[in-house]
Amino acid sequence: MHLHKYEKIWLVFGMASLVLFLLIIGFAAFWKGTHPQSHIETIDPQNVEAHDAFKPENLGIREVADGKYIVNIVASAFNYDFGKDTEGNAIKTIRVPKGSTVLYQITTKDVVHGFQVAGTNVNMMVEPGHISRYEAVMKNVGEFTIVCNEYCGIGHHQMYGTVEVYE
Amino acid sequence: MTKVQLPLSKKESRLYMAFMWVTYISLLIGGLMGLLQTLVRSGKYTLPFNIDYYTILTVHGVILGLVLTTFFIIGFQFSLMGKTVGISDKQLKVAWLSFWVMLIGTIMAAVTILVGEASVLYTFYAPLRAHPAFYIGLALVIIGSWIAAFVNFRQLYVWKKAHKGEKSPLPAFMVIINMLMWFIATIGVATSVLVLFIPWSLGYAETINVLLSRTLFWYFGHPLVYFWLLPAYMAWYVVIPKIIGGKLFSDALARMAFILLLMFSIPVGFHHQLTEPGIDPTWKFIQVVLTFMVVIPSLMTAFSIFATFETTGRRKGFKSLFGWFKKLPWKDVRFLAPFIGMAAFIPGGAGGIVNASHQMNALVHNTIWITGHFHLTAATTVILTFFGITYWLVPHLTGRRLTPRLNKLGIIQTFIWTFGMTIMSGSMHIQGLLGGPRRSSFSEYAGGEQVATWINYQIAQAVGGTILFIGILLMVYIFIQLTFFAPRGVQEYPIAVEEDDAEPTPKILENWYLWIGITIALILFAYTIPVIDILKHSPPGSLPFDWPIGR
Repeated sequence: MHLHKYEKIWLVFGMASLVLFLLIIGFAAFWKGTHPQSHIETIDPQNVEAHDAFKPENLGIREVADGKYIVNIVASAFNYDFGKDTEGNAIKTIRVPKGSTVLYQITTKDVVHGFQVAGTNVNMMVEPGHISRYEAVMKNVGEFTIVCNEYCGIGHHQMYGTVEVYE
Repeated sequence: MTKVQLPLSKKESRLYMAFMWVTYISLLIGGLMGLLQTLVRSGKYTLPFNIDYYTILTVHGVILGLVLTTFFIIGFQFSLMGKTVGISDKQLKVAWLSFWVMLIGTIMAAVTILVGEASVLYTFYAPLRAHPAFYIGLALVIIGSWIAAFVNFRQLYVWKKAHKGEKSPLPAFMVIINMLMWFIATIGVATSVLVLFIPWSLGYAETINVLLSRTLFWYFGHPLVYFWLLPAYMAWYVVIPKIIGGKLFSDALARMAFILLLMFSIPVGFHHQLTEPGIDPTWKFIQVVLTFMVVIPSLMTAFSIFATFETTGRRKGFKSLFGWFKKLPWKDVRFLAPFIGMAAFIPGGAGGIVNASHQMNALVHNTIWITGHFHLTAATTVILTFFGITYWLVPHLTGRRLTPRLNKLGIIQTFIWTFGMTIMSGSMHIQGLLGGPRRSSFSEYAGGEQVATWINYQIAQAVGGTILFIGILLMVYIFIQLTFFAPRGVQEYPIAVEEDDAEPTPKILENWYLWIGITIALILFAYTIPVIDILKHSPPGSLPFDWPIGR
C-alpha cells in the first residue's frame, strides 16, 4: 500500500504521541497506583447490614486515625443514608477539616446509583452487589454537593448530600 | 472501481425513502423532547399533563440515538449498495421485511415509553425494570437491522460472483465493514436483552446479574457510536471528493482505515465502565489502550480529507499556500454541512480522549460534560454529515433537484445548528467540569454556590436547545420540500472515482477471513478473562424494581 511521504510523517508523529500518552497514563496507573475505583468486593444487596461497614450504627463519618476518616453510606432510591445524629435525625452533611484523608465506602440496597462529590475526584458507580470505595484528600475549603449521577428513577434528582470542608 | 453507477429503480427508491421518512419523523419527535428537556432543566418551565422528565428523556435517547441513526444509516447504506452492486427483486423484498420489523419494534418500544411503562433511559440499566414490550421492541429493531445486514452481505456476494477477480466497489466495501461491526457488536446487546432482560421482565427469571448486563450493553454501546460515525466517514471519503470536483485520495488507504475501525471499535467497552466497582483495573487499562488505537485510522482519515481538498484545489490552479482552501465550494450545502461536521470532530475527538483516559475519566464520568461530548460528535459531526447527504440523496430518490433556494435554506440551517450547538454543547462541557450531573431533572439539591452556577449553565443550554429546535423545524421543512415540492429534475448521486494512474489496491484488503478473524481474536482477548471473573465473582442477583420508575 502506497503512503505519501507527508502522510508517513503525519502518522509517525501521531503514533509517537499516542505511545507517549499511553505511557503516561500507564505510569500513573501502575507505578503511581492511580486506578479508577475497582475493589471487586461483593455483598448481598438484600442484606447489606450483614457487612460491618453498613450496619445502621456504623453509617456516616468516623475518625479512624489523626486526620483520617471513613464515611460509610448506604444508597437507595432516592436517598443516601449517612446515619443519624444524636437526636435521631438523618444526617445530610458530612463535615471534615481541611486536608483530611477521607475514604468513602458505599453500596446500594436496590438499583444502580452514582456517587459524586462534585468538584472533587470522588466519582463512583454504585451497583447492587458491589462495594464502591474511593479515598480522597479534601484539600479545599467549601461546601461540595454530593449528587447521584446515575439515573435511578423518577426521584433521581432529589438524591443528594453535602460535604463541608472547614478550616 | 467500477466507473458506472447503476440507476436506482422506482421500487428501490421507495424503500430508501421509507427509511428517510422514519429518520425525519424521528428527528422531529426526538428533537421536541430535547427542547422540552433543556426547558425543564432551566428551572423556568414544568411539563404539562404530569408528564415525567425521565419519560421524555427516554424518548429523546431512544428515538434519536437508536432509531433515527439506525434508520438513516441502513437506508443510506442500501442506496450505496444499490448504486454500486445492485439489488435483486428478492433482496428488495427481504430489505422491506427488515424495514417493517424495525418499524414495528420501534413503535412497540415508543408506545411503551410514552405510556410511562419504560422510563429506564436508552441504556435500560438493570435492575430498573421496564414493561417487557420495551425490551421486545428493542430486540425487534436489532433483528430487523440484522436482516438488512444479511441482505447487504448477499448483495456483495452476488456481485462478486458475477465480477470474478475484480475488487469490490469502495462504497460497498465500507457498507459491509459497518454492517459486520454492527452485527458482531449487537450480538452483545441482543444476548443481554433476549437471555437476561426478557425472561426477567416477564418473571421467568427471578434475578438478574447487573454487572454482566452492563458489560454486555457496553460491549455494544461503543461500537454503536462507530456505527453512526462510519457512514459519515463513507461520505467524507467517497462523496465529498466528488462534490468538490476531485477524485479519491487513495482507495487502499480508505479500506485500511475502515478495517482498523472494525478491529478497534469493539474490544473497548470498559472505557464506559471505568468507575465500576466490579471490574479489574488492569483489564480496564488494557481496553483503554485498545480504545486509543482508533486514533490511527482517525489520523489517516483527517490526512486523506485535507489531502483531497488540497490536491483538488491545486489542480484547479490555486497556487498560494492556502488558496485551495479559500476556493472550496463553501456555498454548496452538500459540502458545507459535512465540513462543519468534520471541524466539530476536532474538539469532539479531543474530548473523547479525556473521557477514555483511565484516570481523567473520574472527573467527567456521568457529568453533563459527557452529554456535551456526544452532542458534539453524534449530534454535530454525524448529524450534519447526514443532513449533508440528505440534500442530494432525497431529491435523487424522488426525481427532483436541490434548488438554489433550498441550498440557501440548507446553509442557513447549518449555521443555526452550529450556533445553537456551540452554545448548548459548550455550556454542557463547562457545567460538567464543574461537576453538574447528566440525566437529571431540574433540582436545586442542597442549594449553595455550586448548584447556582450549574443552573446558569442550564439556562444557557435552554437557549442553545431552542435555537437547535428551530434548526430541526427548518431541516424537516427542507426534507418535505425535497420530497414533494422541489422541481422535477436529476440530482447527481456523487461518488468519486479513483485517479487514472492510481496504484492497484492490494488484494489482502479484501481478505474477509483475515480481518474478521483478527477482530474476533481481539474481542476474545479483551473480554474472555474479565467476563469469566465477573461470572465467577458475581454477587447474589438483583430482583426487579418497578416503583422507582413510577410503574
